[in-house]
Amino acid sequence: MQLIIKILRKPITSTIIAILCGFFVASIILSLAGYNSIQTINVMFNGVFSRPKSIANVIIKSTPIILTGLSVAFAFKTGLFNIGAEGQYIMGTIFAVIMGIQFDFVPYIQVPLVIFSGMIAGALYGGIVGLLKSKFGIHEVITSIMLNWIALYMSNFIANTSVFHKPNTTGTYVINESSFTQVLYKWKTSRAGIAYLKNNSFLSDILLRTDLNYGIIIAIVLAIFISFFLLKTTKGFELRAVGLNNHASEFAGIDVKKNILHSMLIAGALSGLAGALTITGMSPHNISTISVFEGNGLNGLSVALIANSSPIGCIFAGLLFSGLIYGGQSVQSEVGVPSEIINIMIGTIVFFVALTRLIPQLANVFEKKVGKKNAN
Amino acid sequence: MGISKEYAVQMRGIKKVFGAYQALDDVQLDVKKGTIHAILGENGAGKSTLMNILYGLYQPDCGEIYLNGEKVNIKNPNIAISHGVGMVHQHFMLVDNFTVTQNIILGKEVSNKFGVLNMSKAKNEIKSIVKKYGLDVDPDAKIEDISVGMQQRVEILKALYRGVDLLILDEPTAVLTPLEIKELICIMGNLIKDGKTIIIITHKLKEIKESAEECTIIRKGKYIDTVKVTDVEQSDLANMMVGHKVNLIVEKSPAEPGEIVFDIDNITVEDDRKLSVIKDLSLKIRRGEILGIAGIDGNGQKELVEAITCLRKVSSGTIKINGNEIQNTNPRNVIDNGISTIHEDRQKCGLVLDFTVAENSVLEKYRKQPYSNKGIINNKKIDEFIKQKIQDYKIRPEHCENILVRELSGGNQQKVIIAREVANHPDLLIAVQPTRGLDVGAIEYIHKTLVELRDKGKAILLISLELDEIMNLSDTISVIYSGQIVGTFKQGTVDENHIGFLMAGGKQDAVNN
Repeated sequence: MQLIIKILRKPITSTIIAILCGFFVASIILSLAGYNSIQTINVMFNGVFSRPKSIANVIIKSTPIILTGLSVAFAFKTGLFNIGAEGQYIMGTIFAVIMGIQFDFVPYIQVPLVIFSGMIAGALYGGIVGLLKSKFGIHEVITSIMLNWIALYMSNFIANTSVFHKPNTTGTYVINESSFTQVLYKWKTSRAGIAYLKNNSFLSDILLRTDLNYGIIIAIVLAIFISFFLLKTTKGFELRAVGLNNHASEFAGIDVKKNILHSMLIAGALSGLAGALTITGMSPHNISTISVFEGNGLNGLSVALIANSSPIGCIFAGLLFSGLIYGGQSVQSEVGVPSEIINIMIGTIVFFVALTRLIPQLANVFEKKVGKKNAN
Repeated sequence: MGISKEYAVQMRGIKKVFGAYQALDDVQLDVKKGTIHAILGENGAGKSTLMNILYGLYQPDCGEIYLNGEKVNIKNPNIAISHGVGMVHQHFMLVDNFTVTQNIILGKEVSNKFGVLNMSKAKNEIKSIVKKYGLDVDPDAKIEDISVGMQQRVEILKALYRGVDLLILDEPTAVLTPLEIKELICIMGNLIKDGKTIIIITHKLKEIKESAEECTIIRKGKYIDTVKVTDVEQSDLANMMVGHKVNLIVEKSPAEPGEIVFDIDNITVEDDRKLSVIKDLSLKIRRGEILGIAGIDGNGQKELVEAITCLRKVSSGTIKINGNEIQNTNPRNVIDNGISTIHEDRQKCGLVLDFTVAENSVLEKYRKQPYSNKGIINNKKIDEFIKQKIQDYKIRPEHCENILVRELSGGNQQKVIIAREVANHPDLLIAVQPTRGLDVGAIEYIHKTLVELRDKGKAILLISLELDEIMNLSDTISVIYSGQIVGTFKQGTVDENHIGFLMAGGKQDAVNN
């Protein structure tokens, strides 16, 4: 019993229970809609794990949402709600595209240039929010939502400007190849590479059929770094202190306004980086006119929520999220279940994660029962 | 004692366990009808828990409750109210932007059959209660515009409006000024005359002596005794509450003041509405001296502290520490110049509640060696530091360095702050209401620490609303009224009445004549 109480107190337990609840609710809905729920979930798992290619795709798709999740989680740890991750992500894509089209240096200059441009664009875009909050006290949620829309229309504007617009398409030109960050991009498109890959089905599956890129490594390294940064550095200490109690921080001599700005700059940079890595690492390597948000930033909110704002947790939450979406596509094609069921499942998981406070309370109930038994 | 109709409340064998923590262990209570009954105990002794059980907020694990001689099962506050039990909590439960009347009738609105509020009828009803008990309050004022003392009256009115016979007041005087306390005691007297019964939860001995008839003492969840207040001295009550002998009077040798370390020269400070709340105020503190500032809340004490700590701009004048001007710089500069502050609201301004004890202990010096090096925090050194402080200051529970400060009791939270501020080796320590809401044991400890610091040659600026604390602890007493120092005295050359007179705006000359 003591063990159960201990396990229930762990935050990860709550998250796992929430995920199981999500599957459970989704299977009830599937059954009600007349589908075989076990078969459907089975197909979904197969869709993710049956081929190296699908696993690779899950990883690829997870990269941007791990980073935007990290952006949201970071801001949250410092007391800010970064609903503007979407806008910062879009700004990252815009500036990565602009730099990727305009310049064509050797890759080891070009790739950092393109990526940093996106990162800085995201940081500045987040910085606007931070500045408005610290200078004028305007709530970050309001400014962020507005800036998200501005970013969306800015993206459409760039996509249709004559300098960047590729005639007869809805998008811009593709960025120069020197900016690409796919794994072994040069080699796999060379004659030797093609010849080699013909004989290796595993490698050809993940290299030729997917856009496997280096982004995931950057995302993982950054998640570890952010975790270290928050917990082990004086700057992280300051940011967390301001987030948890800005009065006490101010009274202790910490510059609260500066820290709000810094927090939004960093959060923005992470989302901007997500955008830039999507442009450099995934086809079509450009931006197109869009009418609704793609959701990479907004999905970051769900990822951060599932991860309970833990930077390391964002890696796993991002993979889970991406796996659900990818698996959902095979459900649609193979069983004919509308992929909306996946959205319901994700929604349920997030909903239950939000309810996770109940689970440590459950531990208290158990403990009380044990205490009573011992008392009698 | 048998169960009888003469008692408004009788509780028998009440037990309550929270997790592994025994909050109440076999506690009994007998409250005579038509009396004021005090429940005395240190913080965390279980007195609020006991009252929350009586009010139906908690269920006891075992035990019985009798109201007017009849056994009752109070499952929730609605049942308590229907039995005529009302409770005013320490933290008021009022809607800030509603008027007094709206707050009082909330949940028990008077309306006609179409559901339209009949405010005039409600107002008349309230007015008659106000008149009956001398609970003077403007029924049309908004809660956010009235003082804390008035808000408390609204809470009491709320209970009376619901027709309660038994009123529980949880730490009613904790937030009140001395004058408001007197008025409250007067109101309680009026209620008793009308046949109501009152239970007050408190750890202030003086008020028990002044108001209550009987007093039940609870210590660490156990029932200790019920005594007639007239039969015992304050010190007896204190000893029973703490469990060992306590010293109510601060022991200290005469001050040996050295040179002036802190010098405020003619400062003027404006509040948020651009009104001068401090006008041409000057103040000097010497090494080895405790300067106490007496005054009623709202006479510029808050702004004075904010001005010194650079949280607020000074419009004219200078503030010097060791000869360096610090006004209008920033809080960190003030700390670096050797001024440390124990702020009034420890949970809001002193601590980050969701940080660990260790993290809170370096909230000001995390950037300094050896607690961090080139921006990387050195947890080992921080742990060493706080472990030593936990030992030195007897912060409880033991080995609490890595638990959240939120989980500590108020007294221990305050000890964390004091340990942190004293470790800065300040030349000037500002202590604002350092013992607010603490129990006798903790108060004694904090007073002793302040005197020790003084003896080490530190200058101490004590700002408190508790006149007793100022009178006992300070070597020099200054009275602040309306943003100005209206009198300064050496300890022992002035009595409480005179200070009280000046605090209320009396003129020094008027007394002399």
